[in-house]
Amino acid sequence: MKYLIFMIFISFSGLVAAELPIYELSIKDHRFQPDTIEIPAGTKVKLLVKNLDATPEEFESHELNREKIIPGNSEVKIFIGPLDPGEYGFFGEFNEATAQGKIIVK
Amino acid sequence: MLGSSIIVFREVLEAALVITILLAATRGLIGRNRWIGGGVSMGVIGAIIVAFFAGNIADAFEGIGQELFNAGVLFCAVFMLAWHNIWMSSHARELVANLQRVSNDVSTGELPVYFLSIAAGLAVLREGSEIVLFLYGFAASGEGAAQMTLGSILGLVGGIAVGVLLYSGLLRIPTALLFRVTGWLILLLAAGMAATASGYLSQAGLLPSLMPLWNTSEFLSEHSVIGQLLHIMIGYQARPTVIDLGFYFGTLILIGSGMYLISKQKFRQSPALPVN
Repeated sequence: MKYLIFMIFISFSGLVAAELPIYELSIKDHRFQPDTIEIPAGTKVKLLVKNLDATPEEFESHELNREKIIPGNSEVKIFIGPLDPGEYGFFGEFNEATAQGKIIVK
Repeated sequence: MLGSSIIVFREVLEAALVITILLAATRGLIGRNRWIGGGVSMGVIGAIIVAFFAGNIADAFEGIGQELFNAGVLFCAVFMLAWHNIWMSSHARELVANLQRVSNDVSTGELPVYFLSIAAGLAVLREGSEIVLFLYGFAASGEGAAQMTLGSILGLVGGIAVGVLLYSGLLRIPTALLFRVTGWLILLLAAGMAATASGYLSQAGLLPSLMPLWNTSEFLSEHSVIGQLLHIMIGYQARPTVIDLGFYFGTLILIGSGMYLISKQKFRQSPALPVN
């Protein structure tokens, strides 16, 4: 329980600090660029996902428990982490055949 | 074609199951089709409007508008379902007695169906706006419109078919038990929605993102057919965090104790009510 409170406190203090590391990726022709992103373990980061296509896309990741619609020609931010080391896949739900990527946490 | 049918199926399924449970919960009420149907129609109109303003919603509140919107819609639905269940816990007895006495028909005046009407509309609103966006994307890219249309219709029919199957199963439940079963279904539905809403709040950064407590995705993925069914019906999550669990059980306990307290109070007022 103490550990839990500590973790929640740590996470909130991360929120207050607001100076999160930012990682950018874009969607073009229904593909993620870059399709692999490396982030440090145990750190909360902000993904800036830019959809350069005219059509909407949905950024989705089962592993990260994230789901966000990105309208055409626009940009959204998605908070992820803190995460344990490992690989976390994500994809574009509206174009799953081509829009695939992963986040490597080290 | 397969792609579009699967996506449409997934979204329709969620709304269809919610509506099915709500229809079963209002079985035998005069005018309930109009109420639930009205809710669904409003949901469809709302979905188109939401899809149209998707960009504005996403940009609102410094980029977390979409999460706030989804969480807000879910919490609103949870509130409606909770209200319905608590109301039912004090009136179910008379309702059942009436249903059994009066040729299976009672007026909606005896049950405030508008809670469920709104809940049905919100389910359609949330899932429908994704379908509209997806179809818009397809249409705009101008690739195989006929295939896409066929695929979407297949998905729509498939989703509704699963709902009809569940409904015909629920109809086999005897009237005396029906409201108890639908009460439980609605309770679990509401708890699952609250846990999903907490996921949106942590995605927005308003709640901390914690590591999941366990991971059963190898055993049962939320995106398998069974996993998704369980996700919708009882809120199954393969990777729940302690916050998700807190929202899930918190909602269960809050609504459950509300139902318990109200029914106990009612029982004290009219202990001699006949039970057939």
